[in-house]
Amino acid sequence: MSPTHSLDVTGRPPASTTPTSQPVRAETGTPVDRIVQSPQFRQLVSERTRFSWILTGLMLVVYFGFIGLIAFDKSLLAVKIGTTSSLGLVLGVGVIVFAFILTGLYVARANSRYDALSAELKRSLGQ
Amino acid sequence: MIRTLLTLPFALAITPALAAGPELGAVQQQATNWPAIGMFLFFVLLTLGITYRAAKGTKSAADFYAAGGGISASTNALAIAGDYMSAASFLGISGLVYTSGFDGLIYSTGFLVGWPIVLFLIAERLRNLGKFTFADVASFRLDQTAIRIISATGTLVVVAFYLIAQMVGAGKLIQLLFGLPYLYAVIIVGVLMIVYVAFGGMKATTWVQVIKACLLLGGASFMAGAVLYKFGFNPEKLFESAVAVHPKGDAIMAPGGLVANPIEAISLGVGLMFGTAGLPHILMRFFTVSDAQAARKSVFYATGLIGYFYILTFIIGFGGIALLMSDPSYFKLGAGGAFDKLKDMVGGTNMVAVNLANAVGGPYFLGFISAVAFATILAVVAGLTLAGASAVSHDLYAQVIARGRTTEAHEVNLSKISAVVIGIVAIALGYVFENQNVAFMVGLAFSVAASCNFPVLAMSILWRGTTTWGALAGGLVGLLAAVVMVVLSKAVWVTTLGNAAPLFPYDNPALFSMPLAFGTIWIVSVLDRSRQAERERAAFEAQYVRSETGIGAATAHAH
Repeated sequence: MSPTHSLDVTGRPPASTTPTSQPVRAETGTPVDRIVQSPQFRQLVSERTRFSWILTGLMLVVYFGFIGLIAFDKSLLAVKIGTTSSLGLVLGVGVIVFAFILTGLYVARANSRYDALSAELKRSLGQ
Repeated sequence: MIRTLLTLPFALAITPALAAGPELGAVQQQATNWPAIGMFLFFVLLTLGITYRAAKGTKSAADFYAAGGGISASTNALAIAGDYMSAASFLGISGLVYTSGFDGLIYSTGFLVGWPIVLFLIAERLRNLGKFTFADVASFRLDQTAIRIISATGTLVVVAFYLIAQMVGAGKLIQLLFGLPYLYAVIIVGVLMIVYVAFGGMKATTWVQVIKACLLLGGASFMAGAVLYKFGFNPEKLFESAVAVHPKGDAIMAPGGLVANPIEAISLGVGLMFGTAGLPHILMRFFTVSDAQAARKSVFYATGLIGYFYILTFIIGFGGIALLMSDPSYFKLGAGGAFDKLKDMVGGTNMVAVNLANAVGGPYFLGFISAVAFATILAVVAGLTLAGASAVSHDLYAQVIARGRTTEAHEVNLSKISAVVIGIVAIALGYVFENQNVAFMVGLAFSVAASCNFPVLAMSILWRGTTTWGALAGGLVGLLAAVVMVVLSKAVWVTTLGNAAPLFPYDNPALFSMPLAFGTIWIVSVLDRSRQAERERAAFEAQYVRSETGIGAATAHAH
């Protein structure tokens, strides 16, 4: 699956880009295979990929669940929870707040865990 | 019936000036509003000053397209939020809340929930792989010519429809707010956006957007605060008072007729959610920050700002009900002083926020909010113009026509010329479409973004198997499907073309056109047995490493 020939990590040859703006720096010549097979890279990618798909799934379930309730059970959303405000109102604002909290969770985890794993990976590559 | 209800607010939400619907053609030019014009002139002078400074600091292509990569996460968040908070969402959603209450919230949530998806799947990888446009990312390991053609086409189609809707909305809105003739308004908007983009590039476009975002958030916060103050900061009292005067009574606290057809509702949701992740002028903003960390933080802050803004518009809408509905001075009075609370508002229902500004802050605050609304349109069209100009110069010209053999200076010049041309075309189209129903165009822009740009981008980044032929075929199928389905839907086929019945039963095509695009990319890629396809799959590893870690990523400030 992995390429047998050595590819540099910038992916494509610098000639295909505009002459001055694309720097091909330090990592030129580092074999991709070494990074892909390093335990740090595998751990970083598998943890982060899993976490982001879980969060994506949660967002889809919550949002389309809300839309589903509106489409199929309007009376539930009309239930009063205060003197005037309804359950639907709270859930609607809740979807907005939930979306924000999810992005916050991701950023908090990325700032601590994934950045640390990424730094470790770069250290292990001798940079 | 259901479809009508669904289209109208969608149009409302984004192109507020159109929300008057059938009454639209009859927009009355108002008396010239001097305080508003004065404040708007101040904004224009300020932004022209910024453009002048930005122009002096814009030398390289990285400066022009990506503000040198030197924008901080919080500044970028304000700019992203600014791009997203159009005059339309401000005036349109508060107007929708005013007429329907709870239903306005459905749109607010739909517009917001795309942002987590952008963060989890797109933002960091985009920053790690790209340089100036999302086509840089999509074509990373695929064929430059083919992928840039499909990405640039997707970009230009989205920009064109969005721009026409904004120009027409701008003309109508300015006619209402400032008492200027429609054509003048369209020309002013067009000329200013050309100046911002052609001279100041991304730097000017970003700062114009940031200033406007601050003004809009400040103005809306003040208004919502003033409304809550009148009810002792107790939302329950505000709702009670609103229910007491609204003709629909307690029904405004629960879902109304807006989402009655589940398929239509889900399709709308899919379009809003994934369209956000395919809007070229938004995606460009991720290249203006220094690295993936900054890209990630900017989405987090932007999501907070946008969510906060939608909650404000909800309070403003309810404030409009509670404070304006019982005051005849905000309505066109019929015989014997009678008026319809939902239809007869001065300037139309889209003017709820503007009239409320007068009610809570007097004529000068009214002028301020009007000027902010104008500034909002201006900033949004400038961002769109820059995205379009970049697609022409960086993707079509530099990579497809000149095949990478061009100089940076030449490319940037071409981008400036493109900005001028796009601006002139936008003025012309704004003029031509003055009395046309363009409400479907923003919906179409979101649908194309969700069905062409997003699948091509997501599949090229996330799936090893994607090949050039797959991405090209899928992008094309998604683009055509979205456009054809909208043309055959009620909004165009019946309302604009005058046929008896729509051939496509839904107004929002994304639920069908987006999976079609993904499916086509998948099947064509799987069937693609060419040697080129093998090379492209083999090149995935290198792209994968860079997209996940940023190792080898280009810094935009490379000089």
